[in-house]
Amino acid sequence: MKYLDEYRNPEKVKALLREIASITTQNWVIMEICGGQTHAFLHHGLDAMLPPQIELVHGPGCPVCVTPLEQIDKAIAIASRPDVIFTSYGDMLRVPGSTQDLFSVRAKGGDVRVVYSPLDAVGLAEANPDKEVVFFAIGFETTAPANAMAVLQAKNKNIKNFSVITSHVRVPPAMEAILGSKSNRVQAFLAAGHVCAVMGFHEYPSIAEKYHVPIVVTGFEPIDLLNGMVSAIKQLEAGESIAENQYQRAVKFGGNESAQNTIRSVFQSVDRKWRGIGVIPQSGWGLSPDFADFDAEIKFDVGDILTQESPLCIAGEILQGLKKPTGCPAFGKECTPQTPLGAPMVSAEGACAAYYKYHREVTHE
Amino acid sequence: MCLAIPGKLTDIYEKDNLRMAKIDFGGIAREICLEYTPEAKVGDYALVHVGFAISLMDEEEAQETLRLLQEIADIGDELNEM
Repeated sequence: MKYLDEYRNPEKVKALLREIASITTQNWVIMEICGGQTHAFLHHGLDAMLPPQIELVHGPGCPVCVTPLEQIDKAIAIASRPDVIFTSYGDMLRVPGSTQDLFSVRAKGGDVRVVYSPLDAVGLAEANPDKEVVFFAIGFETTAPANAMAVLQAKNKNIKNFSVITSHVRVPPAMEAILGSKSNRVQAFLAAGHVCAVMGFHEYPSIAEKYHVPIVVTGFEPIDLLNGMVSAIKQLEAGESIAENQYQRAVKFGGNESAQNTIRSVFQSVDRKWRGIGVIPQSGWGLSPDFADFDAEIKFDVGDILTQESPLCIAGEILQGLKKPTGCPAFGKECTPQTPLGAPMVSAEGACAAYYKYHREVTHE
Repeated sequence: MCLAIPGKLTDIYEKDNLRMAKIDFGGIAREICLEYTPEAKVGDYALVHVGFAISLMDEEEAQETLRLLQEIADIGDELNEM
């Protein structure tokens, strides 16, 4: 298929791996932010083909993993109501709340449905005027334009029985939180290509300069990932730290301005709690006051939920690149994809699920 | 969650005051929203995430990347032959 097959060419992959080996002279720690890239690295076995001096650490770019427990518990409380059709992207259904997940709500008779597009949830609200339709609006900047458009569409069509639980998070504040930490080991970033397709990468040059880290906007196919690595390593070896774009076929410097305008019209910047990490100032988007009627948390009054996180789960350290999944005592024992203690073992983009699925022995700890 | 897939636009139309399209993902047809890529035309390749086109794929850039990669591969082959 166009723009996929060409970017999986084994000969070009080998050539890039040879180039990486030839330019690497020192130990470097490089973080890929996006969980989709974590999975792509492990799925294609690329991490095992890198020179031993290159340590890949996995970032917090898994929106399912960082959605705070409070929001999951609120979603479960709302989805359990008989007057609600609860809609969500599929990967949220198995994320553990304090005591259960959305799948268990469905098993007990709750009307929980997976949607492909948030516009489908708006359509459900129109088709079911006697029900309250609630959509779980999670995600990074990639997903925010779609979720914002659903809210805008509901407002424009005067649909009163549609509301959303928002838990949007943004990448640049998370990068700064990681780089500003005393325990930071990250020396270069592969930036998330699809986040940048929406937002561009105009926010990155100042972060690269301030923290002296190369930041390379990178795609998801094998040669995209390795191309990103080549650029990051070349910069590290030369002592440079600039923001570069290795995903030009999908990403422009300014991003998608139309999508950004819709985000700004529906959402406002808010402090956001990241599961396992804590509150990162101004790292999220919540509904702006003009759209308060569509806020499910207000509509259903679920503000007083008490949460309880598993004491065994070290997702926070994993999401910040401080530990590898195999460094968790519960990994593969108490915590498996069948019995997950934390979201990174559930999500298709979670680092723990990737390590479990691909059974990779890890030499760096 | 941030997975986005390129597909080829096969039909463009209005629905509920939104610009929508039919898209082909290598044989699988889907309906998507084009509000964020108003310049899209039938035959273009769009990068799609949760039912929305978030960018159009730049064919020239795609070909340029592949050309540069071919050069790297060729140089590697030359070095191996030396």
